Amino acid sequence: MKTFYFFLLLASLAILPAGRAADITGVITFKGTPPAEKEITPIMDDPNCSVGYTKPPLTHFYAVNPKGELADVIVSLKGVTGKSTGASAPAVVIDQKGCLYTPSIVAIQTGQKLVVKNSDQCVHNVHDKPTVDGNKESNDVQMPGGADLTYTFTKPEPFLKFQCDVHPWMFAWVTVIDSPYFSVSDKDGKFTIKNVPPGKYTVEAAHRKLGTQTFDVEVKDTDVPANFTFEAK
Amino acid sequence: MSKSAPNTSNPWLFRFAGLTALVTFLLIGLGGLVTSHGAGMSVPDWPNTYGYNMFAFPISKWIGGIFYEHTHRLLASAVGLLTTVLAVWLWLADPRKWMRWLGVAAFLGVIAQGILGGLRVTMHMDSLGVFHATIAQLFFILLCAITLFTSRLWLELAAGKKSSFVSRSLRTLVLGTTVLIFIQLIIAATMRHQHAGLAISDFPLAYGKIWPATNPDAVASYNARRVSVTEEAPITAFQIKLQMAHRIVALVILLLVAACARQTWQRLGPTDSLTNLAIFWLALMFAQIALGAWTIWSNKAADVATAHVMVGALSLVTGALWCLIGFGRSTSFPQTQTLGVFGVQASMMANK
Repeated sequence: MKTFYFFLLLASLAILPAGRAADITGVITFKGTPPAEKEITPIMDDPNCSVGYTKPPLTHFYAVNPKGELADVIVSLKGVTGKSTGASAPAVVIDQKGCLYTPSIVAIQTGQKLVVKNSDQCVHNVHDKPTVDGNKESNDVQMPGGADLTYTFTKPEPFLKFQCDVHPWMFAWVTVIDSPYFSVSDKDGKFTIKNVPPGKYTVEAAHRKLGTQTFDVEVKDTDVPANFTFEAK
Repeated sequence: MSKSAPNTSNPWLFRFAGLTALVTFLLIGLGGLVTSHGAGMSVPDWPNTYGYNMFAFPISKWIGGIFYEHTHRLLASAVGLLTTVLAVWLWLADPRKWMRWLGVAAFLGVIAQGILGGLRVTMHMDSLGVFHATIAQLFFILLCAITLFTSRLWLELAAGKKSSFVSRSLRTLVLGTTVLIFIQLIIAATMRHQHAGLAISDFPLAYGKIWPATNPDAVASYNARRVSVTEEAPITAFQIKLQMAHRIVALVILLLVAACARQTWQRLGPTDSLTNLAIFWLALMFAQIALGAWTIWSNKAADVATAHVMVGALSLVTGALWCLIGFGRSTSFPQTQTLGVFGVQASMMANK
């Protein structure tokens, strides 16, 4: 019996992690004055798209709030691959409203579903243009009120472009990551990468226009902070 | 008189051939608008349009980029029909065997163009767009050639009407210039189907220099300055060099066409039809250079860029027609013999 309990104790110690999974959290900020956004003037020339706008909407290249906090930054663990749980993850949804993609910056895992809806009263074509071999280009019709379109990608790719060729100002950028360890900074610049196993990692923050930055962390059994500051090039 | 030439002209056949060529020229313009507006993929399916039979697609849905792509397809269908009628008419009405086969070639050419255009969409291949644009130019030349060969001008030449001999050296100069224009159009089509917008945003300098820097840091700085709501792909060093090649070749073409016009004037005289054509050709060159500059200064405004495409097509076909007439007036034998190409009999006259 003593032998049994001894081996039971050994087995318990073997399967216990050295520490528990923890979150990596942080805030992304922008230093200085961001470059001016551009008016999407062609939208006002289209009678189907201009409905609901009293003036041209602006591009959304630098989503900086009055406190200098930066949204739409993809934060992930650099070099961590082969850990995707995308097949069982819930779908990420983007919509076409007012002839703009909403949201325009998202991240999904390899194998995870991306659902594209059309809430507009006009036709769109949904045309994805991957640059990584193995991710398939497609170009699909989407009528107003038509069925949602679903996409999955098998290879990691940063800022994979989705566009509408009917309305050439419409873009969405989908970052495909081969693990569940990523987050997209929100309107307050905040991000949280959840349940990261203990270990040493390089956290990478990528902005479509401002480039990428990295920050080395070690995850043990408590949440780890990682803040980034971008500035205009 | 050559046995291979018809006894009398067929003005209605000539006019129909001319109409087909004219509609093809408009189709090239419409195709230019498709690319200029980045609308080549705005109709994802082919030969249907958003699931509809293309001839039944509701006008209310001809919006945005769909308007350009869909009307391009409709006009292409019209050109297909006109070309088919032309081919049948030539087969039934023209006694010249080679003309009948030119009609067949035109028919096969328009079919091939339609398929190329459709595959470019269904296979998502920008490179096919370059072939489609290039074949369009050759097809336009073919239709203009058919129009020429059914014209009274050509038939009079074939019937032995006297005309000035066109020397080999002059023909070679014009032919070489025409071939260079064709190469220039291939360069241009390759540039346009990169879908990267303007690779060089200023003219006549290039990023403020005679020859722009193309190292990675310089290209990165050019891309950092580009802000566009239509989010063209980043420009590359290759695209910058291609644009520079286009500019240099344009200058060479201008000088060559000027030389052609001068030589034609000197050798054939100021009233010869080929001299008039050469002067028209030179005028087209100046217009084309102006449109090229305006395309850059207007940040590639779609209508200006398309006009540049259309004048390019006219420039090529003008050179081609000059060559056909010039070669048709070439001979090194006594004037009583039927010689020259395409059954044209030319007189041996002293060069002026």
